[in-house]
Amino acid sequence: MHRLNRIGIALGLLLASTMAFAGPAVEGVLEKQPTNWHAIIMFCLFVMLTMGITYWASSRTKSTADFYTAGGGITGFQNGLAIAGDYMSAATLLGLSAMVYTQGYDGYIYMLAFFAGWPVILFLMAERLRNLGRFTFSDITAYRLDQGKVRTMAAISSLTVVCFYLLAQMVGAGQLIKLLFGLEYKIAIFAVGLLMMVYVIFGGMVATTWVQIIKACMLLFGGTLVAILAMSQFGFSYHNLLTQATAVHKLGPKLMYPGSLLADPVTAISLGLGLMFGTAGLPHILMRFFTVSNAKEARKSVLYASGFVAYFFNVIFLLGLTAMIIVGKNGAYFTDGQVGPVGAAAKLIGGGNMVAMHLAKAVGGNMLLGFLAAVAFATILAVVSGLALAGASAISHDLYSRVIMKGKASETTEIRVSKIATICLGFVAIVLGILFEKQNIAFMVGLAFGVAAAANFPVLILSMYWKGLTTRGALWGGYGGLISAFLFVLFSKSVWVDVIHFSKPLFPYTQPALFAMPIAFGLAYLFSKLDGSDRAKAEIEAFEDQYVRGQTGFGASTAGKH
Amino acid sequence: MSSEMYKHMRANPKFQELVAKRGRFAWTMSFIVLAMFYGFFLLVAFKPAILGRPVRAGSMLTIGVAIEFFMFVFFWVTTAVYVRRANGEFDALTEEIIKDAWKENQ
Repeated sequence: MHRLNRIGIALGLLLASTMAFAGPAVEGVLEKQPTNWHAIIMFCLFVMLTMGITYWASSRTKSTADFYTAGGGITGFQNGLAIAGDYMSAATLLGLSAMVYTQGYDGYIYMLAFFAGWPVILFLMAERLRNLGRFTFSDITAYRLDQGKVRTMAAISSLTVVCFYLLAQMVGAGQLIKLLFGLEYKIAIFAVGLLMMVYVIFGGMVATTWVQIIKACMLLFGGTLVAILAMSQFGFSYHNLLTQATAVHKLGPKLMYPGSLLADPVTAISLGLGLMFGTAGLPHILMRFFTVSNAKEARKSVLYASGFVAYFFNVIFLLGLTAMIIVGKNGAYFTDGQVGPVGAAAKLIGGGNMVAMHLAKAVGGNMLLGFLAAVAFATILAVVSGLALAGASAISHDLYSRVIMKGKASETTEIRVSKIATICLGFVAIVLGILFEKQNIAFMVGLAFGVAAAANFPVLILSMYWKGLTTRGALWGGYGGLISAFLFVLFSKSVWVDVIHFSKPLFPYTQPALFAMPIAFGLAYLFSKLDGSDRAKAEIEAFEDQYVRGQTGFGASTAGKH
Repeated sequence: MSSEMYKHMRANPKFQELVAKRGRFAWTMSFIVLAMFYGFFLLVAFKPAILGRPVRAGSMLTIGVAIEFFMFVFFWVTTAVYVRRANGEFDALTEEIIKDAWKENQ
């Protein structure tokens, strides 16, 4: 983040925006920090606790329903916490607080964009997801369409999303852990990869859910504590805080004005669409809707999750603001010991993503710093575990059980396949994580969200709402969205120029959603309409029953039954 | 069996009522949230100066921060309102529809 000023604010914000998804995609190689024992001890406590839970969970993970969805036995409140834990990555804490610190109000605008998708997911999707789905979201898209072809398509786009998101998290995690704990990059990658495999393989969804719940509680507690301690220095007065912040910040009175984040309306709208509908197409988030017993609990999950997310974003806003004075005016946190105007070129120790960490140290000493660092590590584990489980279920449930074995695989072999798939995904993540250490991985999360918004979301929403969708339409829409999102990102500045080093991007915008989503919807519509086959007619007729089930939940898969 | 049940449900006027009421409610709520969200984004893109003004002279609270804080709270309240009505009124209606279908199926 410290490069912001050099590269130019507009680009910086896009970079920051992708970081916000990715986990701190810190560029280049960071200097290793001295080993942070407080953090390591607290993190070990977290690992011991979650290992205990995994051991307990392993005894209750027998059927496929247990493995993929915790037997549908998670309550709305627990699932709400777990969704919040799945959704708020380490970068939410570190990247967004840094963004407020450097850009002021723009960071707050950005957080609203992250949040606004949740109400819409609740109103239009939560209920039907729960009523129609069982283990993966392909259960819904393939409900009345050709199982083999549609599931293969959905599994390919799910795996694309999972792999890029996972890789971005791994590289971000390695950099972050090196910075926070003073561990070697490779050791950090192995630790994250191995712990992820253990949680998922032995504890399935039960363990993954509890890792996410515990992490969400730690994150909410740690963030709140730092915010309270920091605000106490300003007599808990927003007026005091802002008076001092505008006085010291390089933006001065412009601190609370919108800056360059949305200066280009096309990028702004595309980003807004990508965030909103990408969230609604992320396989690991969608999967969480199948862990509760019915639509009632699914709705409650979103109510609690969105409450926690909204609350935490406001806490982060305060962290960024208070850090302007508490961290920004303290020479001890700068590489050269020099304090200039806040947010200007002076370099924070460890880079811009360290704002929240420095703040924790300033208000609560090494103990609080250690705690927050442990929270950040726990956060990474929770997110990668959710991703690995979603990826494994796309392989074992969709590809193996439904496409290859045509539903004839036994539960035992299906679970075995998903465990093998988890191991493979874990090793792929570790190997690629190490290979990509020095690469610019900022584009990967953009790609993951782009594919989620352009390939998963359109087919999913059409299959739930539009009677006329046929297999041919779904395949064209899904593959069309996948390929176009992929190409738009490939030809954009973030890959074509920053990674492949061509001089000019072929596609002028960095956010693909505004362009790739209409392509997916258009192709799905067109090829459904042009499909006059008998199969298409049968598929359209089958919508009626699906519709009643989606509306009433009658016939929906219930906890523990098969 | 399921298909027969679905047929009964579809024929039940209460099902049409449920679908119409809940559909209208869900789309209205979505429209409100999307309109406010994208309306705010347009304001940010085209009239940013308004958002930087203080809510009243001498205050450090700006209009933009106040609006956004309001939206965080309001959007969450819309989810609470939706969950309350869907888990109460609509789910009660759904149960009736399923019960009616069982009766007819005998």
